[in-house]
Amino acid sequence: MTGEPFYNFAYLDEQTKRMIRRAILKAIAIPGYQVPFASREMPMPYGWGTGGVQVTAAIIGRDDVLKVIDQGADDTTNAVSIRAFFQKVTNVAVTTDTGAATIIQTRHRIPEHPLIDGQIIVYQVPIPEPLRFLEPRETETRTMHALEEYGLMHVKLYEDIARHGEIATTYAYPVKVEGRYVMDPSPTPKFDNPKMHMSPALQLFGAGRERRIYAIPPYSDVVSLDFDDHPFTVQRFDKPCALCGGDDVYLDEVIMDDRGTRMFVCSDTAHCDGRRSEGHVGKQAAVEEARR
Amino acid sequence: MTAFATQHLADPVFRAQANFRALMDALSRPGTIQRLVVDEDAGDIDVDLAAIALTLIDHETSLWLSPSLADDHKVREWLAFATGAPLVDAPERAAFALVAEADPLPDHRAFGQGTQEYPDRSTTIVKACGGLTHGPRLACSGPGIKASATVAPAGLGPNFVERWAENRALFPRGVDLILCAGGAVMGMPRTLTIKRLEV
Repeated sequence: MTGEPFYNFAYLDEQTKRMIRRAILKAIAIPGYQVPFASREMPMPYGWGTGGVQVTAAIIGRDDVLKVIDQGADDTTNAVSIRAFFQKVTNVAVTTDTGAATIIQTRHRIPEHPLIDGQIIVYQVPIPEPLRFLEPRETETRTMHALEEYGLMHVKLYEDIARHGEIATTYAYPVKVEGRYVMDPSPTPKFDNPKMHMSPALQLFGAGRERRIYAIPPYSDVVSLDFDDHPFTVQRFDKPCALCGGDDVYLDEVIMDDRGTRMFVCSDTAHCDGRRSEGHVGKQAAVEEARR
Repeated sequence: MTAFATQHLADPVFRAQANFRALMDALSRPGTIQRLVVDEDAGDIDVDLAAIALTLIDHETSLWLSPSLADDHKVREWLAFATGAPLVDAPERAAFALVAEADPLPDHRAFGQGTQEYPDRSTTIVKACGGLTHGPRLACSGPGIKASATVAPAGLGPNFVERWAENRALFPRGVDLILCAGGAVMGMPRTLTIKRLEV
């Protein structure tokens, strides 16, 4: 065992792991369906990714290499805390390199580097029910899923168009999995939705407070809901990343001073670091280079 | 029983983890064959069924046994000691069903199908086979398979493809099937479409 004799490997007891593992297998067999599970109290508050942490704890083994990201970044509080937690309770190798990881636990992003066959991405999910803000009653949303009655979701998207001229939903954009279940991809930007379609990686979703686990097997059909005359589109950015010059990536806005100066940089820090180490230089990075 | 206690309790955490990953890979990538960590000295029960039972079954899961397992008191004792799972006579009430190699694969309609609201409340059938590679060739497609995959498990019976099509048509309800033989495992989730390949 690791240096922590008071806890089982990966923190959870074996009985709990079996319960979660059974839920994961059902989730894989019924893509997009939210499997109820007996979510445990974890040594961190709900909202900090307890669902994702429980899924990761149930699947992780000694030979895994773990990457944890929060909004694309490896170095923000949530990512650092969860990575440290797993280092403490499993002693597995950790990495920031997307390509080197076997398990990637994520809060609200899918890495820019394409995932490959054999990788597992674990999403932290706050509200797993895509219909919840349209219909608060669980009994009703469960019936709607049972009857495949998703008209309400299309009405919501239509009202977006009527009010804003376009579908204004930019994150947690609903998808239909394998032509059956409408699913919440967790609050990832809709920019990441196309990466879920036919992904070679296994995608697992854990919602701790709401006690649901769901999954998308590799090579599954994942379609973002839209209309023929208002097809689904992703966000586009006017400028490339200010640090690495990358385009076709998702950017974060960083406020530079109190006079309104802004910088747009890669949300995926590992991707940005990788490009800069390959010699790519963005506008802001060039300015700072010249100043030195 | 002594052999069991010493061998299986030696490294239960990592054995269960390795075997779960094999099962998860098998069900999320149908058509692939995954290796199990088995204990050749398990004793009174098929070693593959034993490894899977120890990974997934416990006192919270109702268990149905095929006739030759149910009639063997040593098997029942082993499962009671190792898993504590309550045995049920009615297959539709079982969370898991273990089917010995000697017994035919029962009709899927006898087992729990789940409901339209809770399709997860269905039976997972674990079947020991004579082999996973030398039976009739079957073409599989569905989630987890990029284009199509060919599998050839033995001992599923002459009408398996037709029966599986009925099971597939029930989606999201239906049973999931786990096949094992010789320390290896193959998954057939209810999403799988299976066609017979002409020889």
